Amino acid sequence: MKALSWGEILARMGIQFLPVWICLALMFSVSFVFKRRLGLYGKLFDSPVGMVGFFIVMFWTFTAIFADLTVATPSIPFLNLPSHLLFHIHIATHDALSQIVQMKDKLPGTALPAGTSEYPYYLLGGDHLARDVFSRMVMGARRVLVIAPAATCFAYMVGITLGLPAGYVGGRVDTALSFLANLVLAFPVILLFYLLVTPAIQESGITTILAAVLFLFPIVFVAILFNSRYFTNPMKRNLYVGLTLVIGFWAYSGLAFNADPIGVFSMGANTLNVFVAVVFVNSPTVFRIVRGIVFDIKSRDYVAAAQTRGEGRWYIMLWEILPNARGPLIVDFCLRIGYTTILLGTLGFFGLGVSPESPDWGSTINAGSKLLSIFPHPALVPAIALMSLVLGLNLLADGLREESLRD
Amino acid sequence: MLKFLLRRLGTMLATALCLTFIVFYLTNLQPNLVKLAKTQASARMSDAQVKSWLHDNGYTDPLLTRYGEWLGVVPGWTGVNAESGKPMGRCVNPNAPNAPAPRYCGIVQGNWGTSTVFRAPVISIIGTRIGATGLLMLWVLIIMVPSALVIGILAGMREGSRMDRGLSALSIASTATPEYVSGVILIALLSSPMIGLPPLLKHWGVGTGSPLFKGSATSALDHITFDNFALPVLTIALYGIGYIARMTRASMTEVMTAQYIRTARLKGVSFRSVVLKHALRNALIAPFTVIMLQIPWLLNGVVITETLFNYKGFGWTLVQAAQGNDIELLLGCSVVAVVVVLLTQLISDVGYVYLNPRIRIS
Repeated sequence: MKALSWGEILARMGIQFLPVWICLALMFSVSFVFKRRLGLYGKLFDSPVGMVGFFIVMFWTFTAIFADLTVATPSIPFLNLPSHLLFHIHIATHDALSQIVQMKDKLPGTALPAGTSEYPYYLLGGDHLARDVFSRMVMGARRVLVIAPAATCFAYMVGITLGLPAGYVGGRVDTALSFLANLVLAFPVILLFYLLVTPAIQESGITTILAAVLFLFPIVFVAILFNSRYFTNPMKRNLYVGLTLVIGFWAYSGLAFNADPIGVFSMGANTLNVFVAVVFVNSPTVFRIVRGIVFDIKSRDYVAAAQTRGEGRWYIMLWEILPNARGPLIVDFCLRIGYTTILLGTLGFFGLGVSPESPDWGSTINAGSKLLSIFPHPALVPAIALMSLVLGLNLLADGLREESLRD
Repeated sequence: MLKFLLRRLGTMLATALCLTFIVFYLTNLQPNLVKLAKTQASARMSDAQVKSWLHDNGYTDPLLTRYGEWLGVVPGWTGVNAESGKPMGRCVNPNAPNAPAPRYCGIVQGNWGTSTVFRAPVISIIGTRIGATGLLMLWVLIIMVPSALVIGILAGMREGSRMDRGLSALSIASTATPEYVSGVILIALLSSPMIGLPPLLKHWGVGTGSPLFKGSATSALDHITFDNFALPVLTIALYGIGYIARMTRASMTEVMTAQYIRTARLKGVSFRSVVLKHALRNALIAPFTVIMLQIPWLLNGVVITETLFNYKGFGWTLVQAAQGNDIELLLGCSVVAVVVVLLTQLISDVGYVYLNPRIRIS
C-alpha cells in the first residue's frame, strides 16, 4: 500500500479522536447553555483564553479515558452469565508495546506490511523498537493524567494541612515548618529525584515511610475538616469522621503499604516511587503559598468576628480562612498540575522510576532524542503532546485568574 | 542589618548541614554501598567479599562518625591493607601510603574527597565543570534577562492591548515548554539535514541544506562558537523568559495604574517618557527578586540541557555522579547547589531592601 500524505494522516487521526470530539462538543454545548448557573466554572466560558485552555485540557482528559476503553457487563457472582462486551472504544490504533519489525523508524503514514489484520497504517510512524508512535502517545496521556492531578491533590493536602497552622499560629510552629520547607526547596530537584527514585531506596523502605507520612495528610485534613465543623453535633460528627477514617485508612493501607485486604486500592512500586517523589517536591511550594495567603487573610474582620464568637482554631483556619483563599489556590492548582506534568516528564527523561517499555511522554522523548537528527518523529510527537497539555493548563489558569479577579 | 545577615548566615549553615547529611544518608544506604563496592572492585564479589571490601575502605563505621570525617571534625579512619600490609585511611595518599598523613581531612580542611566515578579529586572536577556551566549560565542570563524584561514591559505598558495579549500568550507558551521539549524541537528543526529549516532553505535556494546549528555542544568545551552554543543557551533561556516576563508584566501593570503615573500623564508628560522615566524604575523591583530566585531554578534546566546536548558541565557531572552513586562527588555537587540557592536568596532579600527604601529589616 502507498504511504499516506499529511492530509490523509490528519484526517485519519481526526477520525480516531472521534469519541473525544463528541464528548467535547457535548460538554461545551451543555456548559455554554447553563454557564450563568455554574459559578466560576461557568464564568470560564466568558474568557476566550480560559476556554481554549479548558478545551485542550479536556481534549487530553478524554483522550486518556478513551485511549483503550473496553466496557463489558460485569459478571455477577452465582449467575453464570457470559460477560458481554458492551462497547469498545480505541483511540490507540495499535498496542503500545507490540512491535512490527518492518516498521522500525518508519516515517509517519507508512502502511503496515501486507497480511496484517491490524489497523493498516502507523499514523505517526514507528519508533526505534518498531512500535507505533501514535498509540504510544495516546497511551502516555493516560499515565500523565492519572498521576499528575492525583499527585497535585496530595501535595495540596500536605501543603494546606501544614501551611494553615504555620500562617495562622505563627511562632515556633512556623519557624520549624518553614525551615523544613526551605530545606526541601534548597535541593536541586533532579538530585532529589536521583536520590529518591532508585531501586536501592525502594529496597531500604524509605519510599514506604515517606508514603506513609505523606498519605496520612489527606485523612488528617478531611477528619479535622469534619470535626471542626460538626463539633457541636456529636452524632453527625461521629458519622462523618468515622466514615473518613474507615475509608481513609482502607485506601491508605492499599496505597502506602500495598496491603489492602480487599484489593481495591493498590499502586505499583514504580508508580508509588514516582508519586511520592513528585508529592514531596511539590508540597513545600504549596505550603509557602498557603502560608503567605493566610498571613494576608488572618487580619480580616470576619476572622476577628469568628475569634470573638469563640470558634476553635481549626474551624477558623478551615472554614473561615481556607474558603476565602480559594481563588489563588485554584489558579495555582491548575498551574501546578502543569508543573507536575513537567516533573513527570523530567523523571521519564532521566529514566527514573519508569520501566523501559512504559509509554509515558518523558521516557519516549528521551528514547527518541538519541536519533533526533535522522528520525525526529518519535521524540517530537510526545514533546508536542506534553507541551500542549501544559499550555492548556497554563491558559486555563490564566482564564480562571482573570475571571476570579473580575468580581 | 548586621544581625539580620548573621541570622541568615546561621540558617544557611544549618540548612547546608541538614542537606548534606540527608544526601550522605541516602547515598550510604546499604544497597547503594553494595553497588558501589561491586562497581569499584569486581562485579562478581561474594557477599563476604563485599563486606570485607566495605570494611577495608572505611564504609562500615557508624554513619555519624563518617559524616564527621567528611566534614573534617572527626579524625579520618585509618587501617591496614589486608594484602599488602600498607597503611590505609581517609587521609592517606594512596600513591604514597607511608608518608605522614594529617589527622583530619574533611571539607573544613579543604579536602573534598575523591570521586569514585572519575577517579580524581572532587574539588578539581567541580572546579572545571563549574567553569563550563558558569559560561553557559552567563550567556543564558545575557539572553534571557533583557528579552524577558522588554517583553514584560511592552506587555504591561498598556494592559489589555493587542500587544499585551500577544506577548502574554507567547510567555505562557514559553513557560509550558520545558527544556527537554524545546531542546528536542530546536534540534529537530535547526540541526537536522533531513527535516525542518535546513532542507526548506535549500529548497528555496538560500542555504546549502547543511544543519544550521550543531545538535551537540561537546565541542563548546574547547572553544565556543555560535553554532555549537546557541541551541543550549536558547533552550534554557526559553523556559525562563516566560516566567520573568509575566512577573515583569504584573509589576508593570500595577505601577501603571498608580496615582503618580496618572499625575504625570495629566501634566502632559509624553507616554514614552512616563514609561521610561517614571514607571520603569519601580516596575523593576519585583523582577529583580524573581530573577535572583530564578538562578537556582536554572540549575535544573542546566542539568537537563547539558544531558541533552552532551555538554560536560556541572549538570552533566551531577547526573554521572548520581548514576554511579559517587558519594563524595554528589556531596560536593550538593554543597555547591545549596550555596548557590541560599546565596541567591540572600542577595535577593538584601537587594530588595536596597531597591525598595520603604522596606526596613528589623
